[in-house]
Amino acid sequence: MKLDGTWAKAWIRTSAAVMNEHRVELIDLDREIGDGDHGENMDRGFQAVLLKLDDLSSEANPGDVFKLVATTLISTVGGAAGPLYGTAFLKAAVAITGSADLDGAALVAFLAAARDGIVLRGKAEPGDKTMVDAWTPAVDAAEAARADGANDLAILMAAAAAAEAGAEATEPWVARKGRASYLGERAIGHRDPGAQSSALLLRAAADTAATA
Amino acid sequence: MTATEGLVGLVFISHSSKIADGLLDLATQMAPQTRMVPAGGTDDGGIGTSFTKVVSGIAQADAGAGVVLLCDLGSAILTAETALDFLGDAARARVRIVDAPLVEGGVAAAAAAEIGGDIESVVRAAQSAAGAVSAAGAEPALPPVVTRTVTLVNKDGLHARPAADFVKLANTFEARVTVNGRDASSLLAVMSLGLIRGMTAKISSSDEAGAAAVAALGDLLESGFGEE
Repeated sequence: MKLDGTWAKAWIRTSAAVMNEHRVELIDLDREIGDGDHGENMDRGFQAVLLKLDDLSSEANPGDVFKLVATTLISTVGGAAGPLYGTAFLKAAVAITGSADLDGAALVAFLAAARDGIVLRGKAEPGDKTMVDAWTPAVDAAEAARADGANDLAILMAAAAAAEAGAEATEPWVARKGRASYLGERAIGHRDPGAQSSALLLRAAADTAATA
Repeated sequence: MTATEGLVGLVFISHSSKIADGLLDLATQMAPQTRMVPAGGTDDGGIGTSFTKVVSGIAQADAGAGVVLLCDLGSAILTAETALDFLGDAARARVRIVDAPLVEGGVAAAAAAEIGGDIESVVRAAQSAAGAVSAAGAEPALPPVVTRTVTLVNKDGLHARPAADFVKLANTFEARVTVNGRDASSLLAVMSLGLIRGMTAKISSSDEAGAAAVAALGDLLESGFGEE
């Protein structure tokens, strides 16, 4: 298994399918504590990415793929997720510019840069009940796995599991960023939709690596 | 939209195209010469914000003196900040994002741009919108030395375009002038007085040098602004 351009494209294709499949779930989560458009927006954004992936050369490296994902999400998502995921993919792509396939160090750098992009754009901190609460444990778990000598697949698996746990952990919290922060204690008991879509995205990355 | 070189341009970024377009209508009444571009809704006309509309709005609004972006909710600001990341350094240096109430801030920014304010003064005007009524409405510390009381004769009173004309004129004078105790150079302060036809406006200055301003502003009110 190599985390090369083929993996990157396959991950994004899987993500598009996953966002489409979970569209209603994300809409429902967002309707509870936001404006109800997250599933719609993510689905629209990734469907737009799908249409553009075929235009990429077969030689495209992961950085090329993720730059395309970034610019397409930024211009098509329409909600806060567009600039947030767009910036994440853009910063992550820059962190691995030129590398044809990612080793453990590059993979961890990629994940950390994505998380940093989200923090830069949204200015959220851990505990604010946002996608940062999925990404930060994911990055920490990926770093720990790599320090233990795990291979790329195991690093991605660790990141995905931590993101899922992180998303679930947002349920009892009051939101301190975004539309959900207007709701105060009414946000308690609802999972953050951005953290959930982040977990779905990272699970798709691990699944794609497992079947590559 | 009349393009005028040298004026700061504005982009109104909203989740709703109706809000952005409506704000353009409102602000145009105050600032017919300022380049203002609405960037509301998604590319396919839904609720949300469009990166493409924001980027092209900045380009259209930029006449060289800079562009101020006014945003409504969360993702509008994120989209605006992302758009800035994609601009060249020279263009980015001329753009400011203002965190202010969209409608009040947009109108105040438009009035400041129309009178030829530089980008920082347009930003300050927009920011003043948040506390316009309380902050800009403070009584002058010194007792007035020049005062003139005028009855409003025009149809709209000191509202909309007449208010903008009044504020524009007030801004051409150095001396600080008040109308009914509010800052005559602040559009929002003047509009918040809610002066309609038949009401009286007391124009004052605590500064001897303000006499010319008081006279000119009184003449403008008495002229009826060319309205019925």
